[in-house]
Amino acid sequence: MPQTKELLHVLAVDDSLVDRKVIERLLKISSCKVTAVESGSSALQYLGLDGEKSSSVEFDRVSQGLCNQVNLIITDYSMPGMSGYQLLKKLKTSSALRKIPVVIMSSENIMSRIDRCLEQGAEDFLVKPVKLSDVERLKDYMLKGQGEDDKVKAAYKRKLQEDDPSSQSLSKRPPLVN
Amino acid sequence: MDIVNQLQRQYVDFLSSLYREGLLDDQFLQIQKLQDESNPDFVNEVVTLFFEDSEKLLHNLAIALDQQHVDYQKVDACVHQFKGSSSSIGAQRVRNICVSFRTCYDAKNLEGCLRCLQQVKDEYYLVKNKLQTLFRLEQQIVAAGGAIPIMG
Repeated sequence: MPQTKELLHVLAVDDSLVDRKVIERLLKISSCKVTAVESGSSALQYLGLDGEKSSSVEFDRVSQGLCNQVNLIITDYSMPGMSGYQLLKKLKTSSALRKIPVVIMSSENIMSRIDRCLEQGAEDFLVKPVKLSDVERLKDYMLKGQGEDDKVKAAYKRKLQEDDPSSQSLSKRPPLVN
Repeated sequence: MDIVNQLQRQYVDFLSSLYREGLLDDQFLQIQKLQDESNPDFVNEVVTLFFEDSEKLLHNLAIALDQQHVDYQKVDACVHQFKGSSSSIGAQRVRNICVSFRTCYDAKNLEGCLRCLQQVKDEYYLVKNKLQTLFRLEQQIVAAGGAIPIMG
């Protein structure tokens, strides 16, 4: 089923009620349709992966539009049960869902964590608390599509950081040396 | 008209003092930006969620630290959540205590943890009190027919 052209649909995953409310509002103000869930497993269920069917069955369900369609998934990193990183991995190894851009949010600005997420295919890594300006950038990911190779994307992000230290999400990291 | 101006000035002075004293940081301003005519109670709603969440966490922390064998992972989970939510609404001093709290439970220092628990409680109730005062001022301004001043 084709999405309404105007509204991009974001799936937000966070175990914190306060943060879910904030991210939901941030996204709505940026004119996105939002579905907020509290765990990785709820997110996978929403997207049509229930973990028991074979991946080809899931792919068929997704491609037939029988599951919920989203343009972006934004998830907290530290969650009880399935972490944001584990969710990211599951999404990127799913043939049906790996094209959906995923953004990770974390209250901790840890280089190795950021690198790991980017290497696993995350589009971006936002350090909490998330602001309106962080969210406005996300629309670029949703609109850009999935043309680039993952490594190229990661290299592009590092270059952005070096060229423009004021870039919102990555500027909270220490500068990278190539 | 006079009353409204007076109340508005009181509001601005009060909110400024909260920033000055470090009780609130820029994130609170970010939260206020998310309130508009379509969502006129947004700040109040988020802050109320924060209050409910926090009181549950404080309760759970007290219980966790009162056990014969303290489960420091439970303590970690609570403090991590508290740090996150306080950071999300801009309750800076609460958040900062959570950071020190971590050092204590990482070291499994029970005395230190109990001290931190007391400190975080004190800071939490202080900011709660101040925010409730702030909301009362807002209500008074609106009741007197005025608009809530937008700061920053």
